[in-house]
Amino acid sequence: MTKQVQQLDRVIIRFAGDSGDGMQLTGDRFTAETAEFGNDLSTLPNFPAEIRAPAGTLPGVSSFQLHFADHDILTPGDAPNVLVAMNPAALKANLADVPRGADIIANTDEFTKRNLTKVGYSGNPLEDGSLGEWRVHAVPLTTMTVKALEGFDISKKDAERAKNMFALGLLSWLYHRPTEATLKFLEAKFAKKPDIAKANIAAFNAGWNFGETTESFSVSYEIKPARLAPGTYRNISGNMALAYGLIAAAELAELPLFLGSYPITPASDILHELSKHKRFGIRTFQAEDEIAGVGAALGAAFGGALGVTTTSGPGVALKAETVGLAVTTELPLIVVDVQRAGPSTGMPTKTEQTDLLMAMYGRNGESPVPVVAPMSPSDCFHAAIEAARIAVKYRTPVMLLSDGYLANGSEPWRLPEVAELPDLRVAFATEANGEDGTFLPFKRDVETLARPWAVPGTKGLEHRIGGIEKADGTGNISYDPNNHDLMVRLRQAKIDGIAQDIPPLEVDDEGGDARVLVLGWGSTYGPIAAAVRRVRKAGGKVAQAHLRHLNPLPANTGEVLRSYDKVLLPEINLGQLALLLRARFLVDVISYNRVRGLPFKAEELAGVIQDVISSE
Amino acid sequence: MSEIVSEGRGLSLVPRAEGKQTLKDFKSDQEVRWCPGCGDYAILAAVQGFLPELGLKRENIVFVSGIGCSSRFPYYLNTYGFHSIHGRAPAIATGLAASRPDLSVWVVTGDGDALSIGGNHLIHALRRNVNLNILLFNNRIYGLTKGQYSPTSEVGKITKSTPMGSLDRPFNPISLAIGAEATFVARTLDSDRKHLQGVLREAVAHQGTSLVEIYQNCNIFNDNAFEPLKDPGIRDDITVKLEHGKPIVFGANGEKAVRLTRTGGVEVVPTDSVPAEEILVHDTHATDPSLAFALSRLDEPAFEHVPIGIFRHIQRSSYDELMSDQLDNAIAKNGRGTLHDLLNSGDTWRIN
Repeated sequence: MTKQVQQLDRVIIRFAGDSGDGMQLTGDRFTAETAEFGNDLSTLPNFPAEIRAPAGTLPGVSSFQLHFADHDILTPGDAPNVLVAMNPAALKANLADVPRGADIIANTDEFTKRNLTKVGYSGNPLEDGSLGEWRVHAVPLTTMTVKALEGFDISKKDAERAKNMFALGLLSWLYHRPTEATLKFLEAKFAKKPDIAKANIAAFNAGWNFGETTESFSVSYEIKPARLAPGTYRNISGNMALAYGLIAAAELAELPLFLGSYPITPASDILHELSKHKRFGIRTFQAEDEIAGVGAALGAAFGGALGVTTTSGPGVALKAETVGLAVTTELPLIVVDVQRAGPSTGMPTKTEQTDLLMAMYGRNGESPVPVVAPMSPSDCFHAAIEAARIAVKYRTPVMLLSDGYLANGSEPWRLPEVAELPDLRVAFATEANGEDGTFLPFKRDVETLARPWAVPGTKGLEHRIGGIEKADGTGNISYDPNNHDLMVRLRQAKIDGIAQDIPPLEVDDEGGDARVLVLGWGSTYGPIAAAVRRVRKAGGKVAQAHLRHLNPLPANTGEVLRSYDKVLLPEINLGQLALLLRARFLVDVISYNRVRGLPFKAEELAGVIQDVISSE
Repeated sequence: MSEIVSEGRGLSLVPRAEGKQTLKDFKSDQEVRWCPGCGDYAILAAVQGFLPELGLKRENIVFVSGIGCSSRFPYYLNTYGFHSIHGRAPAIATGLAASRPDLSVWVVTGDGDALSIGGNHLIHALRRNVNLNILLFNNRIYGLTKGQYSPTSEVGKITKSTPMGSLDRPFNPISLAIGAEATFVARTLDSDRKHLQGVLREAVAHQGTSLVEIYQNCNIFNDNAFEPLKDPGIRDDITVKLEHGKPIVFGANGEKAVRLTRTGGVEVVPTDSVPAEEILVHDTHATDPSLAFALSRLDEPAFEHVPIGIFRHIQRSSYDELMSDQLDNAIAKNGRGTLHDLLNSGDTWRIN
């Protein structure tokens, strides 16, 4: 049977199932195949905080969305063209996002009365006509998988568990994905259990063959590779890119990397990744708590290491006092906050941009800290290097604000050449800097206002630092009122001065005649840029700018904001950056805020932008 | 359970001073600001007097402290120093010691700093066995905040925050440390310089974390807290000097002895009432911590008989050495990593 092949320019697939169904793995593999094929792509994993929520329930649904295209894309997509629903819970939890007319591939084996009842279906939606407006492909995935594995010496349970590979095989056929890498991956993953490896491969092949022969799928799809800039690419998630960025920063600074960290969602993967790279001389210290994690990192920084701590919002709250100590002792430190939904425990696996004000002001006293926020998963690499650059050059803690969306989302990344990366080397103090051969630990560089970094082991520079206010220059304990006023201002001036050392805010204004500027920071870059494209395609005029440095802001920020009639600022919080911009520049920023634990959708933002333009 | 063992480099990586050092070399130019008569002065003098004996390069010695009266200590030593945050000194020192094997790292802390706000860091530093010397100044009171009871104050302590007496049972720092898997645990006294320096000598030589509790008098808020141990009239009767390999006998004329009870504890008996072989011989190197723990409970009720000296001193690989070994092994096995290879690892593809 020859099947029809249809050309598409882009597709959005969502794999959804129980937490134990292996949806994240399935999504990862499909992503790897897609990356290898050369499409541009963007992913959005979405999973519960519970490791194994009760099977078949709505809270237990885990999903993975992948958007891939023959052109460059910016987001994981708003609405899936295909939903793979491994059980009724997955269908119910995701159907609202799936537009009518889209494909739904459902595992009929799981649509039992019991499972349907569990999620509140009175009838079987696959049979009662309620899905009439969708193209439903009812496939007994489990049965077919078990049948395909009949000859294998594995338990029925293991056979059933391979159903995600059957689904992957089917989808791989449907979209003409290269499969070799997945087969190799399965062999490697189950190298110690060859029977399981063979069974998974057989399930994968059975899924592929099913696609080819079944009448349920009459069409398969081709999405041509995207024309991306020449270079070597790999697919990378934000957390992985951030870990690599930290390794790169240490190499570029020629400093040993010391990570003090306590496991926390969604930041733990950075700890895991860095722990693998001992060959780079990286010390990873899993501390007894968040405070010890940052304390150890600061202690290592005092000793001349690139000290890093990685955490999420609740951890930043605990580390605040130590960050304040780093501010006043003027030691380099990188605090990575992979933001998640709060307050308190909030929704650990869901994304938010709600820690900006905490990063800026969440400490006692006047304690300014530079803040850098990456704008895409791969940008986490460069943002980590930038955070390290500022930290070591200015001897200051730096907050790096990633978030759950960037951390777990992935995209193709054109690998930088090592030679293109910045030189982060700094000189430790080696000799006295005062009169009569004395050492003044708080005598500042006239340009950067940074103090000398004099590490233990350096003869003649023995000195004491601490949290008590220090006299300008000598660093001796001082309660002098005027000295305190001076030191407060000097610490602030040092951070403010970094504005001269970061790129100006760039505006993307195609025609140069837009009157509305849409501004963003951090992970909203993709959805905002995608929305701007839509608006422009429809004839709307809109300018876009995106802030990577939140403190200090680029020197031209006020000028840019004031040169537009209206400034729209979408944030996944209740307007934290808007508050800062209004206070600082007296610009009447228009906020658009949603705090749903999910990234913005391009269509949603396009509508908002259009409304602002129309109201001109 | 198999334990990963390292060679036991101890302080061998800390560079040694070239000339002879004196007490003066370790005095900083800062004015000491403790209350006149504070026990901290005696400890400072003892430490300053002891450091030259170590013969380590002054610039390779770091004192890290938390918050409290005792935590001002680093300012008065002409070494590197870090006066940090309340309770967090062990964490900060851990990061420093773990990343710099060429340093001799000391923590100076107090009973409030180490056992109250910083209790978590203390126990974890002890179990990890990071190469640190922790000096715990125990004055059984909060000094810097002006006289509230501390986690080592006796029950019923009348203070500003406990006008009708404190309710909570105190920690016994020695028992706590032994329970936290400490490898070196000792107690000494601010006023007994010789004993203090003797304990420090052993503590510094120890590989891993050494915890030295120093009974320290706060003459403002808890004066004479340790007077029984200092009063010439009674001190010999109640001080149990622990010495490795020696029978535990004390009293002005050795008239009291310590022996095992049938239930595994220890008790004090008249020396002449028991055969010599029944007197407990102190063994700081015993792997099993039970006897050291039992000895730490001898001081119940308080000041009837108080053991001082080294309770426990065993060999175990230190965390920082094991950490260094892992890095060395990874590099020996696969070579030093390069950034180019790292970035290009995993599934990559080329677009021309």
